[in-house]
This record gives sequence, structure tokens and C-alpha cells, in this order.
Amino acid sequence: MDKRLASAARAEVSEVLRQDRGRLLAALIHAVGDFDIAEEALSDALEAALVHWGRSGVPDNPKAWLLQVGRRRAIDRLRKAKRFRARASDITRMMEEDEAARSADADAIPDERLKLIFTCCHPALEEKSRVALTLRTVGGLSTREIARSFLDSEAAMGQRLSRAKAKIGAAGIPYAVPSRDQWDTRLQSVLIVIYLIFNEGWTASGGDAPIRDTLCSEAMFLARLMSKLAPAEPEIEALLSLMMLNWARRNARHSPGTGLVGLDEQDRSLWNGDHLDEGLSLLDMAVARGRPGPFQCQAAIQALHVVATKPDETDWAQILLLYDRLLTFHPTDVVRLNRAVALAETGALPEALASVDELAEGMEGYQPFHAARAEILRRSGHRKEALAALERAIDLSRSPDEQRWLADRQAALY
Amino acid sequence: MRYMALIYSADGTSPEYGSPEWGAFMAAYAEAGKTFNERGVFRAGEALQHTSTATSVRVRGGKTETMDGPFAETKERLGGFYLLDCRDLDEAIEMAALIPTAEIGTIEVRPVLEFGG
Repeated sequence: MDKRLASAARAEVSEVLRQDRGRLLAALIHAVGDFDIAEEALSDALEAALVHWGRSGVPDNPKAWLLQVGRRRAIDRLRKAKRFRARASDITRMMEEDEAARSADADAIPDERLKLIFTCCHPALEEKSRVALTLRTVGGLSTREIARSFLDSEAAMGQRLSRAKAKIGAAGIPYAVPSRDQWDTRLQSVLIVIYLIFNEGWTASGGDAPIRDTLCSEAMFLARLMSKLAPAEPEIEALLSLMMLNWARRNARHSPGTGLVGLDEQDRSLWNGDHLDEGLSLLDMAVARGRPGPFQCQAAIQALHVVATKPDETDWAQILLLYDRLLTFHPTDVVRLNRAVALAETGALPEALASVDELAEGMEGYQPFHAARAEILRRSGHRKEALAALERAIDLSRSPDEQRWLADRQAALY
Repeated sequence: MRYMALIYSADGTSPEYGSPEWGAFMAAYAEAGKTFNERGVFRAGEALQHTSTATSVRVRGGKTETMDGPFAETKERLGGFYLLDCRDLDEAIEMAALIPTAEIGTIEVRPVLEFGG
């Protein structure tokens, strides 16, 4: 085998894996109607590519080649799986499509990724499985990478993924873009999964730095993909805006000496201006569509934080109004807690403390609750109680950076 | 695909027989049944008598043992079912959400295991 051809083949295969795995997999699942067979067929096709391209060079359209070989391998696998009778009609259809694909424009691989995303984020699947499945199939992260980011074993993550895929088939979760009347709720389910992926990377509950950055980038990639596949959706634009406005502050969030740096202590000159601009213009675009939603509220809150030139110029009254609006979409304790923090910032300390204390029962085991309560107590002059609340927050924190940050707050109170 | 919609609710949460709420509740069931027929998904459906009328049966060592009461004592009890033939899980969920008890209890949607085919 020609060494030069072989290395060109390897390079092309890894390029396709990086760029187009999700797209090819989505097209194969669409053709086969079975996640597992589609995944296996795609690996078969990639293996075949290494051999064939290494021998006779990379074809003009590598993606079309892979899709065609993948389809044929899927037909073989369906036959072997002794599901031939049940799938006879599928196979006939696939053979016809195969013929059509050969004669059609090679670039015209239909983009089925929107269906794939909606299927992976179906609310009938457990939330963690939705996140894992989306990262695996649409994002193309390996099972090992996903396991690492969740601090799970590779075996446990593999099982979770197979269970989820098995349920999609057995329970009849459709491989389809939801109908108009289900669109809004199902879209939220997808956006929440993407935001969870981002937050898993951003708040660093586990895994090492490169993996966390990968998760953030992956989330932003998925949001961009969504906005390409479903254009003019204000909630998608708002989610991307929200993530960009956070991501812009990435380099100011950590300092080598002190670890995690709070928003009001960050060196604002370290914020990335391009990301901020993009985030703000995405939000403008979203709001101008006149269809409000929860991610628009969250992005607008984030925007008010970052447009203030100094922390004490933050428009907390406006932020408070946005939290009230957000509560109409998500009447949850987490939103109520954030609202109470904003209320404290407007100067209404007794009211803020009262609304935080109302949440005590449900949020006893939630670190940010104790951290927020400590801050309000400190400002209200209740030093001892503030110290105790910080102690509880440190106990509950899973991140060393966060623990150090909380301990610094505690030290400042002595 | 055929789906079983199992209707669960806790004792005393459904409207009492004869009350004005009862009438509305039954009307909502009639409405759901009508939609199931119009959509062509209805295959079967029944309400069950209270779990206090249940008898649990098992055969051990060839001997039939009977026990008073339901198989499992849980707060939410099976009160009825529909068998629905739907396009996919999305349609099954849409139909299950029309069952009035969904607002006070829980509807478990399970696909029927199809043999052969």
C-alpha cells in the first residue's frame, strides 16, 4: 500500500469524523430506522474507507461515498439480524434510495440532524440520558469522553446509552421533527439539554479542564447547528446569546492566585469583546421577533450584567423585573432564589432575606442557596449566621475552586 | 404501535360519585373517548372497580393460593386502562394527556410487546 495514500486516507477519515459524523449518522438513522445498526454501519463504512482510500485514493466526495457504503452495510446488517421479513420493505426502500443517491448530486446529503436532535432530547428519556445521547450522536463525543465529563465509568455510560437507544426503538419515540403544536415545548426540551451541556462544562462539577472546554464548545456548536436548522427561532438565538455572554468572561473567571473570581470582582478588560458583541446582537435579534421566552429572559439578565461598566452600575431593578418574567415561564425555587439575590441588590434586604428563608425547606442540600443566603445575611449585619451559612455551602460544594472562593468569603468575615 | 395507557390515581382524589364535579369528570372521559374514536386509535378501554374488590392469585407447587387485595399496596392504584393504536409515542402521549385522571394522578404509557410480524 502506498504510504502517502494511506496517510491521506487516515487524515480524511478523521476529518470526516470531526466534521460530519453527526450528519452522516443522522442520514443513516433516517434510512435504517435503527440507532444501533446505523452506528455500526457507519463504523463499517469508516473502516472500509481506510482500506479503499488507502489503496486507490480519497474519492471526490468522501461523504457521499461513506453514506453509500454505510447504507449497504446497514442492509447487510439488517439481513443478518434475521429481521429480514419485518424489514423487507425498509430494505427495498433503501435499495431504491441507494440507486437514487448514486445518480443524484453528490453533495445533496439530506441534513437529518434536526430529527436526530429532537429524538435524542425526547422528554420520554431520562434527562441525563438525553444529554449523553445528544453528545454521542449529534456531537460525536466518544462514550469515554462523556463518561469522564460525568465522572461515570465508561461501562456505566455505555449501558446508559444502549438503554436509551433501546427505548427509542421499543417505545416508538419518533425520528421526526415535532408538529407545530408540540414545537415550543419540544424545542425547550432540546435547548435545556444544550444548556445543561454548557453548564456541565462551565460550572466544572467534574472532569478536567480540556473536557470542560470541550463541553462548552460542544454546546455552542449544537446551538449554532440548531439555529441553522431552525432559523428565526428567538429562543435558540437567546440560548446562543446566553452562552456567548458567559463564554466571553471565560478568561476572567479564574486567576492563578485566587482560583474562581466572582462576577463583581472580575477584571472586565479580560472579557472577550467579540463574544460580548455577538451575544448582545443575538439577543437583540431574538427580542425583535416579539415572541418572548425563558431563554430570552435569562440572556437579557446576563446582558444587563455585562453591559455595566462597573459592578455597581448594574441595573438591578431591571434584572428584578426580568426574574419576575422568568418566573412566569419557570416557577422554580432556583429562579426564586436568584430573584431574591436581585432583590437584595436593589437594597430591599429584609424582603430578600424573608424570600430566601421561604425556600429553606426545599433547598437545604443546595450549595448556591447557602452561599446566597450568607451574602444577604452579611449585608444585613448578621455576621455569625452568615459564617454558618458559608460553612454549610462549603460542605455541600463539590468543586475545590468553589470551596476556596467560599472560604475566602468566610475569612473576610472574621 | 399499540400502547397500553394505565390509569393510576390515589384514593379519594377523583370527584365523588353524584357530585357536580363527578358530572364534569365523566363528561371529560366521554370527550376523550370520542377523540380516541375520531382519531381511530381506540382498541379497548375499561374502568376497574376499587382495589378493595381485588383478589391476587398465584400458583405455588401446583397449588392455587389466593389473597385478598391488590398485588402491591401503593398509594396510587390502577383504576382503569385504554388500549390505543398510535402512530408513535408522541401520539400516545398526546392521547394519554386527554385522559381526565392525568390531571390528578398518573397515566403510565407502555408499548405492547408484539410477537412475530
